[in-house]
Parts: sequence; structure tokens; C-alpha cells
Amino acid sequence: MAKELLKGNVAFAEAAIRAGCEAYFGYPITPQTEALEHMSKRMPELGRVFLQAESEVAAINMVYGAACAGVRVMSSSSSPGVSLMMEGLSYIAGSELPVVLVDVMRGGPGLGNIAPSQGDYNQIVKGGGHGDYRPIVLAPASIQEFIDLTVEAFDIAEKYRCIVIILADGSLGQMMEPAELPEMRDVRPVEKRPAWALSGAKDRAPNVISSFYLDPLKEEEINRKLMAKQTEIEANEIRFRELLIEDAEIVVIAFGTAGRIAQSAIKTAREEGIRVGLLRPISLYPFPYDRVRQLGDQVQEILVVEMNSGQMLGDVRIGIEGRVPISFYGRQGGVVPMPDEVLEEIRKVHSKSGAST
Amino acid sequence: MTDKKMVETLIYTKSETLTDLGTHYCPGCTHGISHRLIAEVIDEMGVREDTIGIAPVGCAVFAYDYFNMDFAEAAHGRAPAMATGLKRVNPEKIVFTYQGDGDLASIGAAEIMHAAGRGENITVIFINNAIYGMTGGQMAPTTLPGQKTTSTPLGRDIEMHGFPLRMSEILAQLDGASYVVRRSLHNVANIRKAKKAIRQAFEVQRQGLGFSMVELLSSCPTNWGMTADEALKWVEEHMVEAYPLGDYKVSPAITGTKKGGGE
Repeated sequence: MAKELLKGNVAFAEAAIRAGCEAYFGYPITPQTEALEHMSKRMPELGRVFLQAESEVAAINMVYGAACAGVRVMSSSSSPGVSLMMEGLSYIAGSELPVVLVDVMRGGPGLGNIAPSQGDYNQIVKGGGHGDYRPIVLAPASIQEFIDLTVEAFDIAEKYRCIVIILADGSLGQMMEPAELPEMRDVRPVEKRPAWALSGAKDRAPNVISSFYLDPLKEEEINRKLMAKQTEIEANEIRFRELLIEDAEIVVIAFGTAGRIAQSAIKTAREEGIRVGLLRPISLYPFPYDRVRQLGDQVQEILVVEMNSGQMLGDVRIGIEGRVPISFYGRQGGVVPMPDEVLEEIRKVHSKSGAST
Repeated sequence: MTDKKMVETLIYTKSETLTDLGTHYCPGCTHGISHRLIAEVIDEMGVREDTIGIAPVGCAVFAYDYFNMDFAEAAHGRAPAMATGLKRVNPEKIVFTYQGDGDLASIGAAEIMHAAGRGENITVIFINNAIYGMTGGQMAPTTLPGQKTTSTPLGRDIEMHGFPLRMSEILAQLDGASYVVRRSLHNVANIRKAKKAIRQAFEVQRQGLGFSMVELLSSCPTNWGMTADEALKWVEEHMVEAYPLGDYKVSPAITGTKKGGGE
């Protein structure tokens, strides 16, 4: 398929449709509303389900209900709306249902604003809802990656029967870029829905989908099952991109939009003779701790750049385990750093570390 | 015995829609009756294999253990939203929720309102016993003025806690609601009427006529601090007065039993 000029929110919505998403439930919130609008037009055209819910609380519980039926289902929202979904996400996690959610982050806390932010890293990556669970979290840095990860998210969610959250930000939702959409996949036929799904107990024992285990030993067993799945996810689903790492003495670690901005800064720094590279984690859970640890043995200093007060920074510290100094540069509240600001930080780190030029 | 022929007539049997498990409900609680009525209706309609239930948070949280059918467990108050998602991708199935007064009228007030407003083609069985049972007897939105609960130890003071919500009357105002009625489980005559209404509600869904709800005035002897008999009398003397029985909405599209189900 040829490339076309696509807006992020429209691109991921259409990508979800082509991945065979059968039902979408959502609530308008800037800066992701174009996704809901796109779904409202396209899903009925294709005979699929679109419903604008009365709230994000209801939207995620509609997703929960449709997921019980074993169909590909998703929602999308932005920070304050995703906060409202946390209850439902916890139930979905506890019930081991495959669900895809896109969070187009905006400035906060509170009502904040509608500008791009990465302020919800801890909320999303560490679990978010109550109880002991982790969703898989994937962070795109371009419209093409937004499309590709959304398609992949449905496959991964079904593989592990878990939640996959695409963690984007307002700039990825709003900007337009040439990108290529995938081929259209059909929705799964009713007779091919999974055996665990609720479809009516015909010629079989009833299926029950619940996250309620009154006996703590049973609940612990479920928690251990979720943990075992996490171990498998941590072994199989780590994704990251690297740039100019081989001879780097300084490595910038940044995800999503911050990673993309850092990439521009690194290219200029290289022209100045600074041996700097980029690690851009794509899977935020599972986090590429091992790769970060290896880089700790290779480079002299790490610079973490985020559009928040330093949330992924905690995970980088876990990976580095004190091997090398870590600097941090962050803009908050919906402010997107300019490549020049990041370049200046790279220069500072470089002069401090005494690395060669 | 030798020459006489024994004739056995089966007059009562366990519903196929119920499992063999004994319930955890307190002695004198009417949850068992409402479970039985739903099960009988599903048996009689022959739809057990096509029906999916949504259990609430509250005393009936284990409903999925007692009904012999596919079931999901909702978050507190969210059953109508969950049923919406499930029904929209399974339009040919019968989907019902079973919800208490705290679940439906308090924490889930938004979800029930909008499910009814959309005319969602689901059936809701609403158990109103004027108290929170599972958590041990706190005030519900349906607690009567003056009624003592563990969170209104001096009785529900309307100056402080406001007035009870009459959900059937409220939901009947919505254009999307097709069938909204209130029945009571305090004696046999009313139990029979309740069953007819449950049947009507499921028929409304089967015919694709939209949102249906049967509110059932129910007893909670344990948390009311009464014997089973006293509790049923209390339903009759106090709850029926505060929550009048009747058909609050029977859409003109609904045909069948007179006045839409047994009143």
C-alpha cells in the first residue's frame, strides 16, 4: 500500500480497524477525539460496533463486556479520561482479557491542559489500577510506528490475554506524517471466538469470567499466574531502537516524542564531534533493563530526556545500577523541548564527563 | 402395597438453570427467591444456552456460582455498561444484569441511567432491600427516612442524607426504557406477579424491544435486625408504601400479558 498523509489519531484508529477490531467504545477528550470521530464513521460502515459511552468509566466497562465475548475490542482516551478507566482496567487485568487501549497523554495533573506530555509514565507503566498487575506498554515515536504498534497490540494482547496500552502523547495524536496503513483484516467469525469466551453455555459447562477470589490462597495463585505471564512477556516482548550506539561515550535514553527530539539533537552533536548515541525504549513495560545495563558498562554517562519530571528515569536507574552517572533533562506541563535544548544538555554532559571529541 | 399402583406426580423440581450449589444467603433473605424466579423463566423460555448473566458487587456477587449459565462479574455499579458491551457484540444472545440498590442506584446510577436512555436491549433485575447487605448494613440510596442502619445509627435523617431514590419512577421517564415495573417478594401472591414480570422483561429483550427492568422489593432480615417473618412484614408495611408496586413503563410495542405482566 502507498504512503498517505495521516493524522496520528486517525492513523491509529484506522490501523485498529484493519487489525480486525470489532468494537470501539470511547468518550470525547482532547487531544485524541479524532480517533473516536473516525471510529464513529468507519465502524458502522463495516458493520462493526461503535458506541460513544456516557463516561470513560462506562467506556472501559463496555470494553470489558465485549472482551468477555472474545472479540477484538479497544478504547482510546487521554490522561484524565484514562484515570477514570483505572478501575475497569484492573478488573480486565484480573479477568485476563485481551484489550487494547491508546492513551494520548496531555499536560497535568488535574485538568492540566491539552498539550503533549509524558506525565503518565508511572501511572500507565507501573500498572495504574489497584492490585498486582502490569499491562504491556508500547510507545511510538512516529505515525508509522503508531500504526504498526496498534496492529501488533491486538496480536500481543490475545497472545497473553492481557492489556496492551499504546502510550502516545498529544503531538503524536495531532501531527500529520506520510505513513502506510496495513491491509484490511476481517473480524474473527463468531464460530472462531475463543473457547473461554461468553457465548452461551451450549453443549459445554458454563464459562465464568471474574476477578473475584475470596480465598487469599486462591487469589495468590492467580497473582502468581499473572506473574508467570509477566516473566514470559519480559523474555519475549522487549522492543527498543538504537542510533549511533557503537562508539558512543554518552547515551541519551528517551521514549516517544522525546526520543524523536533527542534524535535530532544527537545528529547535531555528532557533527560537533561528540560521541553520543540514542536508546529509545519502545516497550516501556517490559522495560529494556538488560540493554540499559550493557550500555552502563560501555558509556561514560547517561542522559535521560523526558516530557515529565523524570519518571522513566527510575527505570533507567534500576538498569544502570550505579555503573555510570545519570543526568536528566525534562520539560513538563505540556511543554515540548526543542532539539537545541537537548543539544545543550548533551554538551553539558560531555564537558562534565571529559569524554573525548 | 402389593396390588395398588403407585402414581407419582412431579410437582416441584430443581430448575435446570440453577446449579446444585447451596447459596451463601442468610436465612430469610429473598435473593434465593429471585434467583429461582429468573431460573424458572429461563427454563420456560428455553433460553439457558443463549443467556449470559452479569453479576454485581454486593450480596449477589456469587450469582455466577448459582446460575448454570455463562456469567461475568462486573465492577460495582458497572453491570449495565458491561452488559452493553457484551450485548452489542452478541446481539442474538439474552443478556441480563442482577443488581442491588447500592450497586444500581448509588455507585452505578450513571450506568443504569444511560443504558436505559439508549434503549439498550438488556434486562435488569433490580433488588431493592433498602440497605447495603454485603458490607454489613449501611445506608443505601433506597434506605427509608428514619430507617436505622450502621451508617445512620439514629435513623436516616433527610436533613443530612436527603431522600431515597425511586429508580423505577426515574427510569420510566426515559424514552429508551420499554418495560419498567416494580414488584415485591413479601408473599406468594406477589412472588407470582414478580415471576410474570420477569418473564415479560425477558420477552421484551427477546423481541428486541429495548431496555427492561424489574425492581423487586426484597428483605434483609440480618441487617434489618429482624426475623424472616418480621422482615417480610416490614417490606409489606413500609417498603410498599415508599415504593408503590406497579407498571411504570410499558411501551406500546409490548404485547402479550395484560398490562405487561401480571399487575
